[in-house]
This record gives sequence, structure tokens and C-alpha cells, in this order.
Amino acid sequence: MVTLTLPDAAAPTEGAGAEAAGTSTIDLGTAPVRELNQALHDAVDGQSWTVTSPGGRHSLAVGITADIDVAIEGHAGYYAAGMHQKGSVTITGNAGVGLAENIMSGTVHVTGDASQSAAATGHGGLVVIDGNAGARCGISMKGVDIVVGGSIGHMSAFMAQAGRLVVCGDAGDALGDSIYEARIYVRGSVASLGADCIEKPMTPEHLDELAGLLAAAGRTDSPADFKRYGSARKLYHFNVHNSTSY
Amino acid sequence: MCGIAALQLRNPSLHPRMGTLLSSMLCQIVDRGPDSAGLAVYDVPGLVSPGTSTLSLLGRHQGRDASIITASLGDLLPSDASPTVQIIGDTTLVNAAVPTDLLVKAVSETLPGSTITGRGEHVAVMKSVGHPMEIAADHGLESMAGSQGLSHTRMATESAVTAGGSHPFSVADDLCLVHNGSFSNHATVRRNLLREGVVFDSDNDTEVGARYIASRLTQGDSLEEALVNLGRVLDGFYTLVVTTADGMAVVRDPIACKPAIIAETDDYVAMASEYRALAALPGIGSARIFEPEPGKVYTWSL
Repeated sequence: MVTLTLPDAAAPTEGAGAEAAGTSTIDLGTAPVRELNQALHDAVDGQSWTVTSPGGRHSLAVGITADIDVAIEGHAGYYAAGMHQKGSVTITGNAGVGLAENIMSGTVHVTGDASQSAAATGHGGLVVIDGNAGARCGISMKGVDIVVGGSIGHMSAFMAQAGRLVVCGDAGDALGDSIYEARIYVRGSVASLGADCIEKPMTPEHLDELAGLLAAAGRTDSPADFKRYGSARKLYHFNVHNSTSY
Repeated sequence: MCGIAALQLRNPSLHPRMGTLLSSMLCQIVDRGPDSAGLAVYDVPGLVSPGTSTLSLLGRHQGRDASIITASLGDLLPSDASPTVQIIGDTTLVNAAVPTDLLVKAVSETLPGSTITGRGEHVAVMKSVGHPMEIAADHGLESMAGSQGLSHTRMATESAVTAGGSHPFSVADDLCLVHNGSFSNHATVRRNLLREGVVFDSDNDTEVGARYIASRLTQGDSLEEALVNLGRVLDGFYTLVVTTADGMAVVRDPIACKPAIIAETDDYVAMASEYRALAALPGIGSARIFEPEPGKVYTWSL
């Protein structure tokens, strides 16, 4: 079984039935994806699952509602760990489009890269991507925390409403376009900021918040190296001077 | 949505497995475009022959027997041209030891209603309507050896589901283009090319892209320059793969609307719409895997 590196992805707890003590393995070289997802939907708190030969298949480990650990050993396709609600999913490899889309809570960890729209519309929980994320990372995020070890593509955090996006590398064009109240921390360069997204001062509150996010992601980067970006709040407040424009 | 799978084999020891590997990739992109499909294969013994020209004609039925076509071509071409005609699946391949333009002229006279879908010294292009794996099987893809292969599964949006509207589009010697996406201003670009004297075979938007690239190459562009210019002139969503006699190029539109993933090893470069099409390739575990950046042209040579 893959060693889970997230602090909150501890070993299965006692008392969740005899099955909870062991780890169940599903080989997607032989079993269909539907069988995997049904087993995960039938699972009870404390169980652990290992998924082998994922082969880039789509919709792996979606809609988990129990506090279980799922380790996917290899690359996942589109919409992996989508609608995630409880427990942890670790992908030892890359993930395709729409990783952890609409995540509600729990954690999702990818050791490689993630494609476009990672954690899109996420309401809560933590998504950790050790490598790079493609375009539109955290698009329309509504409360999810995202920590990316590498860089992110263009149009990331577009219309981001709440939550935190941490980028240890660089950000692509139009970062935080039309952003509401999400907070963005970037260590490297930002190719360009989107409409109504501005750099903001790092106060002790933000340094503490960032330190907590980096620790939760198992990272050792120094919060002092990051810059903070957020909304100038000029776009989403109605301005009476613009009344004749509508 | 369409599916693309392309493979360039740098290590000659892998050439005997070209068809098997491309077939395994194609199998994983069928869902993305199940209505029709096409293949371009390079340097396949028995389909093309060095120092001679091969034309790929759409359809197995050309209205005349192969022997009559061969005899007619023999009359039109120089005595040492040794023309041959063979049927592979739903494709008619015509070969002769003459320059391509001369063979095109002779075929056009012999078979005025035919559609030439591929031309050159190295490439054979096969396309048809139906399930992509059945099309691949009909053409015997699995047993083909070769240096490069390009496959496309189509979910038609811009023009009808026809064999002629399937990809690849091959409009200049050994040049093939496949496209996932759509060009929104293809009619305008088509009119401009028509004014330059370019002739079109179909109403398809991708053919406009292929004709545009061929036009730029004729004007002296490198493949990379032609694709950069295409990005300036053609508007729309696209992931494009272009193959030539000895090269392959990949480019995505500037906002990366359509997917692409590349696996590179010392032995090969493979590109597909989705990772699952690459998952079964040899040595994939240690391959360099990445998604091409938006608007950036990537090229590789054999």
C-alpha cells in the first residue's frame, strides 16, 4: 500500500468492523471502474482500499461519502475523486481533467501533475498536487483549499469565491480573474493578473494561514517567500455611477 | 469531441510493432469519436516503397477493375513507371515509380471521380465511416510495421459524417493533419485560399487547416512557422497533430480548449487525447509525460 503523506490521512481507526483492519485491493486491469466505485460507496468508516492498474481510466473513486483511505497506484484519467466528501484519496501518479471537481471535504493528494480544472467548484476539503496543475486550477472554487507544489496554468482561480489556493511555483496568465473572496498565495512569478485581482499585503494572519496550509500539505516552503493576491472588490460591487451602463 | 493518437518510433527496433502499438492507442480513443476514423501510416512495407509515389484513394470501389486501372495508368505513364493498384480495406492504393504530381495527373484522368486522400513517398492514408476499431481491422493495422502512425476518431460537428470528412487530411506530399476541435472562421480562410487557386475536396473545416499549412509550406515556412501562422489566421478550438515524412508536430489553441498529452522516451514520442491511450506503451512508466502548453508548437524528427 502507498504511504499516505497527508497528516490527516492517518491509519484506519479501530472499531469499524473486521474488514477495517485490512486493506482491500481492486485491480482495474480486470475489474471495471463501476465495481470500484460501488465498493467505495458501500464502504464503512475506517476501511482502506488500494487500486492497482488504473491505466488513466476516468471517474475513479468518485463520490466517496465514508471516512476511508483510497490509494490509487498509477495515473488517473478525468474526474478522479470528483464530488469527494470524506476520507482521503491519494493518486501516486498524474491525474486528468477535473481532479476532485466539486470536492466538499476530506483530502485528495496527487503525487504527480494534474490536468486542467483541478478542484473546480470545490466547496471544502484539501487538494494537494505535488507537481504542476494545468489551466483553470480552482476555477469557481467555493471554499476548497488547494496546495500546488509546482506551477499552475492560465485562468486559475477564475471567479473564485472562497477558499485558499497556494502555488509554490509560478502562475499562468489571468490569475484570479473576476475573483470574489478567495485568497491566493504564489511563491514564484505571476504571468498576469486577471480583472479585479490585485496583490495584497501579507500580514501575520496571512503568514499563519499559509504556514498551516503548507504544513497540511506536508510541505516545508517558507511562508515569507510568498505573495498574496485577492479581489480589489471593484467588479462585484454595484457602483451607482455605472447605473446607466445596464 | 474527437480522439487523436499519434506515434513516432525513433528506435527502428520498434518499427515492426508500429501497427500493434497504434491499434492499442486507437482502442482507447474510440469513445471520443465513434462515427468515423482515419489512419496515416508511414514507411509500411507493402503499402509504400522508397523512391516511388503512392496515392491513397477513398473507397475500395473505383468503378473499374484494378487491372483496367493499372493498364490505363501504364498507358499514361512512362514505360518504366510500373504502376500497381491494390485494395486495402476501404482504400485503394496506387503506386508508380514517377513523381507524385505525374501520378496524380494520371489517376485524375483514369478515375475522374476519385478522391485522393493521401499522397507521397512514405505515407498511406486510410479512412472510412464506421466503428474505428472495425476500420483499423479492415485495413490490417495490427500487422503493419512502420516508422510513424497517426489515427483519429471523429465526432463530427462542422460537416457531415462521411469518409471524405474523416481525418487525417493529407493535401501535400507526406503531410497529414488531424484535428480535435473546430475552426470558427474556416469559411473566410477557405475563400482566401480559393482566391490563391487552392482546390478543396470537402466542406470540412480541418481541410482548410491542412490546405493553409500546405500553402504556407509552399511559401517557404518551416512546419513550426506554418503552425505559428495558422494560430494567427485560424480562430477556434484545436489540438492539431501534423506528420511529415520525417517529423511530427503538436499544437494546441492559445487557451487550451482541447486535451493533449505527450509521452516521450528515447525510443518514441506518443501523443494522445487522453493518457489512457498511452498507458499500454512499452516503458511508459519511465516516460516523460506532459501536457503541451497552450499555443506552443512542439516538433520532433525521426
